Order: sequence, then C-alpha cells, then structure tokens
Amino acid sequence: MSTQTYRPLYQRPKSLSPVRNSYCPGCHHGIIHRLLAELIDELQIQERSVIVAPVGCSVLAYNFFEIDAIQAAHGRAPAVATGIKRVHPEMVVITYQGDGDLAAIGTAEIVHAANRGERITTVFVNNANFGMTGGQMAPTTLIGQKTETTPEGRDPLRNGFPIRVAEMIASLTGPVYVARVAVYTPPLVAKARNSMKKALLAQIEGRGFGFVEILSTCPTNWGLTPVQATKWLEENMVPYYPLAEFVGGPQT
Amino acid sequence: MTYELLCAGFGGQGVMLMGQLLAYAATIEGKETTFFQSYGPEMRGGTANCQVVISNTPISSPVLSSPQVVIVMNRPSFEKYEPMVHSGGILFVNSSLIDLVSQRADIETHYIPASQIAQEIGNTLVANLVMTGAYVERLHPIASESIEAVLKKTLTGRKEQYLALNLEAFKRGAAVITKTKEQTT
Amino acid sequence: MERVLMKGTEACAEAAIKAGCRYFFGYPITPQNEVASYMSKRMPEVGGVYLQGESELASINMVMGASAAGARAMTSSSSPGISLMQEGISYMVGCQLPGVIVNFVRGGPGLGGIGPAQSDYLQATKGGGHGDYNLVVLGPSSIQELVDLMKDAFEIADRYRNPVLILADGIIGQMMEAVQFKFEIDPTTLPDKTWALDGAKGRTKRLINSLDLVPERLEQHNWNLQAKFAQAAETELRWEEFLLDDAETVLVCFGTVARIAKKAIENARQKGIKVGMIRPISLWPFPQAPFQKFMAGAKRFLVVEMNAGQMLQDVRLAVCCQRPIRFSGKPGGTTFNPEMIEKLIWDLEEEGSK
Ligand SMILES: Cc1ncc(C[n+]2csc(CCOP(=O)(O)OP(=O)(O)O)c2C)c(N)n1
Ligand code: SF4
Repeated sequence: MSTQTYRPLYQRPKSLSPVRNSYCPGCHHGIIHRLLAELIDELQIQERSVIVAPVGCSVLAYNFFEIDAIQAAHGRAPAVATGIKRVHPEMVVITYQGDGDLAAIGTAEIVHAANRGERITTVFVNNANFGMTGGQMAPTTLIGQKTETTPEGRDPLRNGFPIRVAEMIASLTGPVYVARVAVYTPPLVAKARNSMKKALLAQIEGRGFGFVEILSTCPTNWGLTPVQATKWLEENMVPYYPLAEFVGGPQT
Repeated sequence: MTYELLCAGFGGQGVMLMGQLLAYAATIEGKETTFFQSYGPEMRGGTANCQVVISNTPISSPVLSSPQVVIVMNRPSFEKYEPMVHSGGILFVNSSLIDLVSQRADIETHYIPASQIAQEIGNTLVANLVMTGAYVERLHPIASESIEAVLKKTLTGRKEQYLALNLEAFKRGAAVITKTKEQTT
Repeated sequence: MERVLMKGTEACAEAAIKAGCRYFFGYPITPQNEVASYMSKRMPEVGGVYLQGESELASINMVMGASAAGARAMTSSSSPGISLMQEGISYMVGCQLPGVIVNFVRGGPGLGGIGPAQSDYLQATKGGGHGDYNLVVLGPSSIQELVDLMKDAFEIADRYRNPVLILADGIIGQMMEAVQFKFEIDPTTLPDKTWALDGAKGRTKRLINSLDLVPERLEQHNWNLQAKFAQAAETELRWEEFLLDDAETVLVCFGTVARIAKKAIENARQKGIKVGMIRPISLWPFPQAPFQKFMAGAKRFLVVEMNAGQMLQDVRLAVCCQRPIRFSGKPGGTTFNPEMIEKLIWDLEEEGSK
C-alpha cells in the first residue's frame, strides 16, 4: 500500500456526530442536518455553538451534532435559546424545529423571539404533518391533504388554512433574514445551504434573527416511497409554499 | 410600645403616602415597622386603606384586627372604619369632607379640617400631611423631626418645590392638636 | 448595617440581585408586578438582563436556557402564571437545572382574585408538574425572611441542580418593612458549573436533556433524582418553634398566617393560655421533627391556613393520629386577623376543659 495521502473530496463534517441517525429512509431531516453541520464547520463555530433540539422526530438532534446541546419542551426552543443567548451573546444559538413544534404549540415563542430580533437562528422543517406522533394534521397540512386526524382531507371550514410561516415571520420587523427553501434537488440543496449560511451569519455578525423554512418530506407518514414523496412535495407543497427569500435577500 | 394605625380614604388622597411616610420615619429612627396596603382595582377610585405598625420590638402581625388609631379622609371610610376603632382608641376625622360625628363614647375623636387647611395654604393635595401632623403631635410614635427628614430626603429634584408646602401642612396639622390641648388644659 | 424600608416584591428583587442573580424573565401579574419593574430598572445597572417574556410559559423556558448556560436565573409570578410554568419546571428538574421561582400566591382557582392566599401549597410541595419530583419550597413570613431565603434559594438550587420555589403570598409581596441585606454575591466569583453549555472548546460536547427512551436508564435517572431529593429532605429542613415549651395547644401555620397567629398567641398567653406554634419554613421538605419533640406536652393541634386545608395533610402525617387536629381556613383571598385566630384558640380551650 502506498503511503501517499489522498485529498478528501467528501467526508463527514466534523460537527456531525459519527452515529447512525434515527430518521426514516428518504426523510429530509438527514440532509438538513448535514447542511447545518457543514456550515458549522465552514464558519468555524463548532466550539461556540449550541443547538436547541425540539420535540418531534428531530428530538434526538442533540445526538447528531458535535456541539453543545439542550433539549427543550415542545415548542419552547426559541424561549430556551433566548435564555442561553442572553447569558452568552458570543455563542451561536440554533433552534431546530418541526412544524408541529414551531407552528402549532410553539407559535407564541417563535413569533416573539423573531419579533424581539433575538440573535438566534431557527431552522424550521416543514413536512406538512406531525411526523413523530404518527402523521397527524399540522398547521401546515395542505387543504385536502389526508392525515391521521384529517381522514377525509383537511377541510378549511373545520380546520382552517395552512399557515405560511416564513411569510408570517417576514411580516415582523425583528427578523433580518427569512427564507423558504427545499432540498429535493442538488441545486436546491445548494440554495438551501446558502440561505442557512445567511441566517447563521445574521447571528454571527450580531445583526439579528435569521429564519429558514425548509420544505421537507415525511415518506413514512405520507405513505409514499422516498421518490414519490419528493414528487408530492414538488407538486403540492411548492405551489402553496413558494421558495423565496422574504427578508434579507438580494432584492430587499 | 407598639403603635397601630389604619388610614383610609379615596385613592388619590395620599393615604398610602401618609402610611409610607410614617414607616420611613420609623425606619430611620431604627424602629420596627410594617406597612400594609390594600391593593388592586380597589385602589382605583374606591376607598383605599393602609395599616401601619410601629414598635420598638419585632412586630408579629402586620394585619390589624381592631386598630388602636384610625385616620379617615372621606365619608365612606368613616362609615366603614369608625365602628372598628379599638375601644379606648383614637379616631381622626377629615372634617372638611366628612360631616358625620362619632356617637362612640369609648373613643377619643379629633375633627381636623384637613382639606380646608390644605387649601388655605395652597393645595388640597397636602391634606394627608395635615392629618399626619395631627397624628404625630397627638401620639408621638416617632419624632416630628424624622418626618421632616424623610420629606427632605424624598422630595428632591422636580419635587423639591413642594417641600415647603408639605412641611407647612405638617406643622398646621400639629398646631390643631396643640391648640385643643391648650384649650382642654 | 443600613436598614431600608422596602416593599416585599422589591426586596425580593434586590435580594435576588444580591444573591448573584443577573437574569430575570417574567410576565406581569398582580400582586407581583413590582418585581418586574424593579428588575427592569436594576438589572441594567448591574450588567444583568431583564426580559419580559410573552407568557409565563416562555419566561420559565428562558430561565431554563439561562440556567443551562450556567447563570443564576429566576422568574416570579402569581398563581395562574405559576400553573403555566409547571411544564418548564418539570423539564428543569428532569434536566437537573437550578433556578429560582417565586410565587406570590393569590386566590384561585381559575383567574380567582388578587387577594393574598396560600392555596398553591399542594401544587408547590407535591411536585406541581408531571413526573416524580420535588422542589425545595421555602415559605417566608416576613420581608426580612424573604430576603434571607432568596440567598438560600439560589444556593440550594445550585447545590442540588434543581429548581427552588419561594411560596410567598400577596401580603408579603405588597407590604413594606425595614430590611437589611446581609450578603452581596458577585456572580463572577461563583464556582464554575462543569455541566453548563458554553461552547465545546477544548472539551467534548455537553448535553442537557430530560429525554431517555430506554426505560431502564430513565428509571436509573429517576433514582438518581430521588437520591438528591432524599439528601435535600434531610439537609434543607427549616422551622421555627414559638413558645412551645409548655404549649398544650400547638398551632401550625406558615407564611403570613404564622405572623398573624403570633399576635393571637401573645394575646392568649397574656390571659394564661398555654399555646405555642410550629412554623414550618421549609414546606418541602416538611419538618416532622418538631411535632415529635413537642408531642408529649401537646394536647391538640390547630392548623390555620389561607386555603381550604392543604398543609393540613402534611400535619396529619406528622401527627400521625396521636392528637386531635383542628383546622380553620380561608380560601379565596381573604385574611385572618389576630382576633379571629385568638377566638379559635379560646374555642379549643373551652372544648378541652369540658
Ligand atoms: C406538550 C406536548 N404535547 C404533545 C406532545 C407529543 N408530540 C411529540 S412530537 C409532536 C409533533 C411533532 O411534529 P413536528 O413538530 O411537525 O415534527 P416532526 O416530527 O414532523 O419532525 C407531538 C404532538 C409532546 N411531546 N408534548
Ligand atoms: S416520521 Fe417522517 S419526519 Fe419523522 S423521521 Fe420519518 S420520515 Fe422523517
């Protein structure tokens, strides 16, 4: 064997723990984790970052990142993050939340953290249902979408309309970066990575609150194969949830 | 010696201030004191009251069952608290606003035209200090100098312009008692 | 040392600052609003943070975050707000995070009223949120004691890595008394918390967590917590014995009621009645020892509370059917006065002599 060293082209980011994650095949949580870990490496913030894990499928996120971590109560991650950030303003505090966690039970916490312009970064994974508890309706479930608790499909007269969270957050004055992205094609992954980086930089540079909503699949609860799920996301979610930078993009 | 006092009147008549002033004065004299006020919506418009205890020894209850001394600044307070004065106790009545006379023979009553005196010297708002003056002169739970010291300490900056008026009100209240004493002796 | 006249709520806030607390999160509710206004003024002066949360739910979780970051942090509220905080308190216990919560109790249930009450005793001392746990609960009966207990509360919280609750009431919050601050702790001199989240620099990552999906491990975690509670139950007992040596009638009261009862006892004693009082200061752990100590001389116990009979349950356990126990309560925000309690003492005395 040659002793020549090879230049790695692709490897596990330092900030991603060398453990098997707990996500289903085809679930986008895994991709999003990797992007976040890559950015923590790239921005050299591993030693001063802390992730606030939610309650949801990503509850174990604290096991998947090689950074300090705390597990918050369902929906309260932005409040916990606020407490940490106020004590350690020099740290990079990241909340990682699903759409049940952030847009249902934790609506107040995210809206007010955003509105205060907390110097934190929120990664919001919108998969149009409650994954962890078995696929119930989320505030982001689409009209007509069948879930465990909307067997006939979501009826807006009974259950209201899906919330466009990024737009709602963007309507506030506090946030300095708000975008919606997706990760179902390589170019979109690159864009998503770029948006997450901007949201982190907003915090690192002390400018304010950064928020990235990521459209994501839940093949398991949608009852689809990973490929079908990606297609479903593109055909149904993207038209209702436009991919865009709402605050802090080039045009604003 | 322990002095128990209940002051009552409309919110805005400075009833709480009267109690706090006495508690402050007691504190700078190194005495024990408790000040307890009714709080909440009651304070907006209705009758408010505060209870003050001053003592040389640790105070057990800040809540009074039947106070030795009561100051009433308005009619509803007279109606409510006159019957509660402890037998052998003292009642101070703001006679400018209360045209009632106590029928109780077991208490000592002082009718002080506090609002009127306050108006005479320039501002009805200092009726509370007139009453305080009368109370301190009659019972001496603390020295009048201590009240003056507290007023000087707290009425500073923009409020300093009211210092003279407050001191005057306090003296005028005390004078009412001195005069009655002279008349009775 | 200088004595200053202060309102209970404000003294509580100042005591927290002097105990090294630099982070306060809260949401307004009567009768404790002055804690927040005082903190909003004072915290910036001492380089601390006052932040008004959007709810009590958010506030307690902010406390949790600040505590996880290694700081002495607190919140204060009154009954309805404390109910909302139960989730966060349970998480803090599970995560083994210190923190101080002050409850200026008002009448309930529901929105209740704003009058002083003691009706959150059971919620405070028997857990309050979900899971097997206890908080050390301290019940001051004067503003000076509130001040002194604030310091103890932060120390106990750090010692056991568990929240501590101060159970005060509207009277303690709203009255004024002369107090002394006999301590001044510079938070930068406190020992480092080796578990706090401050960045994995030159060390492996740290995790603060209450989740464990392996039941056997979670059981072990619970036994570890129980061991801490057992230790606290032995070490953190506090009570006052008032005129008990020859007492035949033994009152048991805490907080404000105990103060009012003292006056009643003094008055009854002047008329020759042998009456005294056990005043639990630590409400959890509940002091059982004084009950055994004075059981021989005691003929009867009288529990007086501003609720419908909550500490009464703990007194029953302590007296263990050895003596009759009478109870008198006032739920909903009304108060006893000394005369009322003296009458209760006389009634018992007359019954006893029949
Ligand atoms: C107070 C509370 N209520 C309910 C739950 C149960 N629960 C756990 S995860 C979850 C929904 C998670 O959905 P989402 O945030 O969309 O994340 P996903 O699992 O889809 O990633 C719920 C309701 C809980 N843990 N706590
Ligand atoms: S249940 Fe859905 S969201 Fe959860 S891991 Fe599986 S695919 Fe992902």
